[in-house]
Amino acid sequence: MNADTISPRDAQWREELRKSRTAKERTSIPRVRMGELPPDYRITCNEEVNRGLSMEEAVTEAQRCLDCPDPQCVTGCPVNINIPGFIKNLERGNFHDAAVVLKETSALPAVCGRVCPQERQCESKCIYNKMKREPVAIGYLERFAADTERISGEITAPSRMSGNGRKVAVVGSGPASLSFAGEMARRGYDVHVFEALHEIGGVLKYGIPEFRLPNEVVDVEIRALSEMGVKFMTDCVVGKTLGYEDLVQQGFEGLFVASGAGLPRFMGIPGENLVGVMSSNEYLTRVNLMGAGRPGWSTPVIRGKRVAVIGGGNTAMDSCRTARRMGAEEVYIVYRRGEAEMPARVEEVRHAKEEGVQFLTLFNPVEYLGDENGRIRAMRLQRMELGEADASGRRSPVPVEGDIREIGIDQVIVSVGVSPNPLIPASVPGLEVTRRGTLIVDDDTLETTLPMVFAGGDIVRGGATVILAMGDGRKAAAAMAAKLDNKHELAISK
Amino acid sequence: MNKILEKEYFSEKVARLVVEAPLIARARKPGHFVIVICDEKGERIPLTIADADDVRGTITLIVQAVGDSTAAICAKNAGDCLHDVVGPLGRATAIGHYGTVVCCGGGVGVAPLLPILKAMKAAGNRVVSIIAARSKDLIILEDEVRAHSDEVVIMTDDGSYGRKGLVTNGLEEVMQREHVDLVCTIGPAVMMKFVSLLTRKYDVPTICSLNTIMVDGTGMCGACRVTVGGKMRFVCVDGPEFDAHQVDFDEMILRLKPID
Repeated sequence: MNADTISPRDAQWREELRKSRTAKERTSIPRVRMGELPPDYRITCNEEVNRGLSMEEAVTEAQRCLDCPDPQCVTGCPVNINIPGFIKNLERGNFHDAAVVLKETSALPAVCGRVCPQERQCESKCIYNKMKREPVAIGYLERFAADTERISGEITAPSRMSGNGRKVAVVGSGPASLSFAGEMARRGYDVHVFEALHEIGGVLKYGIPEFRLPNEVVDVEIRALSEMGVKFMTDCVVGKTLGYEDLVQQGFEGLFVASGAGLPRFMGIPGENLVGVMSSNEYLTRVNLMGAGRPGWSTPVIRGKRVAVIGGGNTAMDSCRTARRMGAEEVYIVYRRGEAEMPARVEEVRHAKEEGVQFLTLFNPVEYLGDENGRIRAMRLQRMELGEADASGRRSPVPVEGDIREIGIDQVIVSVGVSPNPLIPASVPGLEVTRRGTLIVDDDTLETTLPMVFAGGDIVRGGATVILAMGDGRKAAAAMAAKLDNKHELAISK
Repeated sequence: MNKILEKEYFSEKVARLVVEAPLIARARKPGHFVIVICDEKGERIPLTIADADDVRGTITLIVQAVGDSTAAICAKNAGDCLHDVVGPLGRATAIGHYGTVVCCGGGVGVAPLLPILKAMKAAGNRVVSIIAARSKDLIILEDEVRAHSDEVVIMTDDGSYGRKGLVTNGLEEVMQREHVDLVCTIGPAVMMKFVSLLTRKYDVPTICSLNTIMVDGTGMCGACRVTVGGKMRFVCVDGPEFDAHQVDFDEMILRLKPID
């Protein structure tokens, strides 16, 4: 657990705050409801669906938190954010300090407050669950604290050591990289971020739609890093435009690889290469990053009227909700297990349903049928039922013999996962990969098989969450800095 | 932003651009391609690299206006900038000493073929180049190709220049006449399909360079997927060159249709 540096639980103000209300008073407050745009309006635009909390709502929700002596929420957070510490600052109206507590651990609280699966992490461990009550809305409060700081314009740059003139390079500019860059800049390093695409932000820009995470939220974080001296270079594919040897020659002493998820997976069923069948990566990149569908932007995208999205994760939900916004009349989620087994966040599933997406759970596509021009016209779905639990603990779906039905569609978006990006492992000799293509790293330091090359995020994990990627960035920064500082001291003592 | 230093039209719809891109000029090899975004709100377009000047820090792109985005690139002039140029992408051509190599280029496909035939010649191969187009004004880079080939055959559909006929007519004559160790082909998908069918008949190994639709070009979107030897492959990271005899050209041709 993180040291409770800024707002320790035994601080006098916090003790007084705890005593200011009884537990009964606190637990009798109902959990706040987040304001949302109405479904019929939100499918006409890309505006953020969740509207955030008002100051009164946030303070009242913060009062619900019992400031437990042994807060379990913190153990539910992959990076162990000091949750009661920031919430109690909100309760006492000290919003700025709440943001400072968050930034001790998390580089991107405004992002995590929006996209983390809190119901499976911090909030699932809240003491309120044991009392059969709804947990404290930690995610909403995190977003409130981060947004309030951002809107106030008084963003505190984290304390920064003076520059040590030593250069480190970062491959990719998604959550792991941004987190790493911030940590290293704070330690006085000269950080250069190399991004293959023409925009900074990685999956936060090309993947997650604006109705869930507005670009402005991400851009503020990127600007803050720039102000800390982090240099960003777009259109630069490390391993292609610049080789590993080039970086060494240019005096970079450490490299953090966070090149993210890569090749989309397909199912290998007949008809998957018909026109109108695409990966969610392609679909979301066209719409989110390339502006397809917006006036003045050149990138085209197929706009089906009857769209099937294959998969049950958050990317599948982002895809089906995007399809509704792109004018699709009928949108289906096709998922081979039941709704309870879906990896997507509960909120995303609810939002998708409110927006008119139809759920075909316990169905698995077995074939796509095309017309004479090679365009998709229908899918054949195999009815499934749940059998025994598999290695993941989920009951595995088995086909119901003979129960196959055909549904007419004109677009399919395949969202069944991705393989790690093959570009870096293929072009940097000495980097070893697992059978799945992920980079092999030391569990404690995240150093790869190539000395002073560290890695994190999806290129190591294969497919994970924003918060885990950020945690990796932080961990790798600490390990790399320790090694570099040590090396430096050795050099001086010689 | 990448500045355009030179621009000329080869024909009404085909332009040659020399673009500042020092890092790409240094790193590129025959077979590589780049992704170009013309303007701020532009599309990502894959273009093969026709030439590069490491000293000057430039690459040469030959662009045919086939849609709005390529037309916008062709309409740029010297002094203008391309908003983004990323690369070099894809795998480089496997240059080696094969013996006799026939390089078949159709239309603007001759542009990416040029660095390959140059390298094949430099590697000690006998290089026979067959360049083909619909008519005389669409034949490009003839002098450059001649400078690096042992023999050049020019074919036009209408017979307005060289010999009348398709690239496959010229290729078949060469294969009947002499032993050929390798054929490299770049051009329209239909042309590569028929080159491939022909060389299969003569059992001559053939590599083709595929020009599919792409979005990111770095192994992320899967738009460029093709079936090669019954398996799904991605042109941007597994290609752009493949064993032509293994490529499902019919499927690829269907997938090339623009989005309406």
